[in-house]
Amino acid sequence: MTSVASIELAEGVASTTRPEVDDLSLGIVGAGKFGTTLARAAVAAGYDVAISGSGPAGDIALTIDVLAAGTRAATTDEVVRHADIVVLAVPTHRFRELGSDLFAGKILIDATNYWEPVDGHDPELTAAPGGTSTIVQEHFPSARVVKSLNQLGYHQLQEHQRPKGAPDRIAIGAAGDDHLAVRQVMRLLDRLGFDPVDAGPLNNGLPLEPDGSPIATTYSADELSKLVTR
Amino acid sequence: MPTLEFGLDTFLPVTVDEAGLPIGGDQVIRNAVEEAVLAEAVGIDSFNIGEHYRTEFMDSAGHVVLAAIAGRTERIRLGTAVTVLSTQDPVRLYTDFATLDAVSNGRAQLIVGRGSLIDSFPLFGFDLADYEELFEEKLDLLVRLLRQQPVTWSGNFRSPLMDQFVSPPIPAGHIPTWVGVGGSPQSVIRAARFGLPLMLAIIGGRPERFAPYVELYKRALQQHGQSELPIGLHSLGFVAETDDEALKIQWPYYKEQFEWAARERGWRPPTYGQFLAEVDHGSMYVGSPETVAQRIAAVMRTLSLSRFDLHYAIGRIPHDRRMATVELYGREVIPRVRELLTAAPEPDDAAAVVGT
Ligand SMILES: NC(=O)c1ccc[n+]([C@@H]2O[C@H](COP(=O)([O-])OP(=O)(O)OC[C@H]3O[C@@H](n4cnc5c(N)ncnc54)[C@H](OP(=O)(O)O)[C@@H]3O)[C@@H](O)[C@H]2O)c1
Repeated sequence: MTSVASIELAEGVASTTRPEVDDLSLGIVGAGKFGTTLARAAVAAGYDVAISGSGPAGDIALTIDVLAAGTRAATTDEVVRHADIVVLAVPTHRFRELGSDLFAGKILIDATNYWEPVDGHDPELTAAPGGTSTIVQEHFPSARVVKSLNQLGYHQLQEHQRPKGAPDRIAIGAAGDDHLAVRQVMRLLDRLGFDPVDAGPLNNGLPLEPDGSPIATTYSADELSKLVTR
Repeated sequence: MPTLEFGLDTFLPVTVDEAGLPIGGDQVIRNAVEEAVLAEAVGIDSFNIGEHYRTEFMDSAGHVVLAAIAGRTERIRLGTAVTVLSTQDPVRLYTDFATLDAVSNGRAQLIVGRGSLIDSFPLFGFDLADYEELFEEKLDLLVRLLRQQPVTWSGNFRSPLMDQFVSPPIPAGHIPTWVGVGGSPQSVIRAARFGLPLMLAIIGGRPERFAPYVELYKRALQQHGQSELPIGLHSLGFVAETDDEALKIQWPYYKEQFEWAARERGWRPPTYGQFLAEVDHGSMYVGSPETVAQRIAAVMRTLSLSRFDLHYAIGRIPHDRRMATVELYGREVIPRVRELLTAAPEPDDAAAVVGT
């Protein structure tokens, strides 16, 4: 169901009706370990990236200059205006600080992972039977939430980028209820250097949540496809 | 070349005896004192204790253990790795470590951090929502207490101080205080802003990936008008006579440790392949003295480090094996790393400095 070829076919159809699929803009909210690593990867993949922390753009200017050159440091509002795809990369225990309508109409990639020893006890996230992204979607009802990019440790994101067709290219899943949104996220994953895998609806998020080894497990596209359809 | 410092770090893990049964927590603490006494005897520069509030670690009051070590040693520096400053009162921390500095005749040191696990937050009644603000505020007060008294200070999380002297006084420059960071750029910049040396904690992945953080730290120091400061690294490892022996001893305990977490969370346990990959090119220093020395020297060069702390023996590895690692690290690994690092590019110069 999830070979790269079939995605390209689907994209071909989609692009006749949705011209913005070729838009190479990306927004990232959260300029920490993960956000800056992703920004660097996205710039390398040809994206025009804007990124924000919790404060004014100047607060992260040096960080961005050194860790993610070519990315624009901005405020969160500017990041949202900058792109149709925005990545949520703030600490998991802080996503509720962001306004519910902040991402109205945007594709919001939820890259957050919930881990109690780090994020503290959060009854809602603990109890989420369909994965934590369903709770994120509830908080941002007007956003088109796709769960993705959360599977790997930030250093793995950097170490595993490979060109299409490389034998050791690894897979990243994308789960969401808005099919167009999922497809656009899959295209982003592919450009970043990963085999994209359609992981089904948003409430199928559990198989994408991370494992406990300090080196998170990596999967090929076939392995990951099996895992998410189990 | 700056002075090089080689330390040992431990969380005082509950270890097992020969029969594989866990030993008492009190015995773990006394064993740690023995490990530190041996560390001094074999020439290790510092012994540093973590801070956790979990059943598997006995390091909840490390300063008391350090004071006991102080009474049995003369030279080795005594520190933390790391103190969870966010949930400590900086005034109390100051009194504990200024006193330790006095009883040890000037050997106290600190690494302070936000802590990667947050057990201490609910335990001491702090709110995780204040994670960032707590650390910033407490670091500010601690640095003032260490640098210049009396202190006049106010903040959001404790009562203000007005022209306050806190005893005992310490001589200027005592209690070197490092900021421990795990890869968050904000923390790197904060260390530079406060003019404090940087301790990187690298527990997974290739250490080279931290080179940009080193660059960020240097640039931030310049931006804040600070002079150059040392950079250190804390990483996991285990030393035995041969590579095979080290791998064979360490792997089951490594596996066990991460399997527990895996079971708790329904995760996949680590594979031997992942473990080997970390040992081969990650930041885990497991092997013979020569192997470990080569890898430490390489990372110190790549990241321009002047301090390396080995967090030795992962998991419940028995005390006698831990002692053997301490001994090999002190007697063989450290001298070899010094030798490798002083071997300058020009062979003539190298001959002159080796052995100093
Ligand atoms: N680290 C990883 O390997 C990894 C991998 C996959 C997924 N993730 C997930 O990614 C998220 C971020 O993790 P991290 O490790 O990058 O954390 P981090 O290093 O602590 O960085 C968090 C960033 O979020 C910013 N932030 C906090 N509150 C914000 C707000 N209200 N608005 C905008 N920005 C805000 C912080 O900026 P300020 O400093 O200005 O507050 C900081 O730049 C977490 O949910 C984590 O589970 C992490």
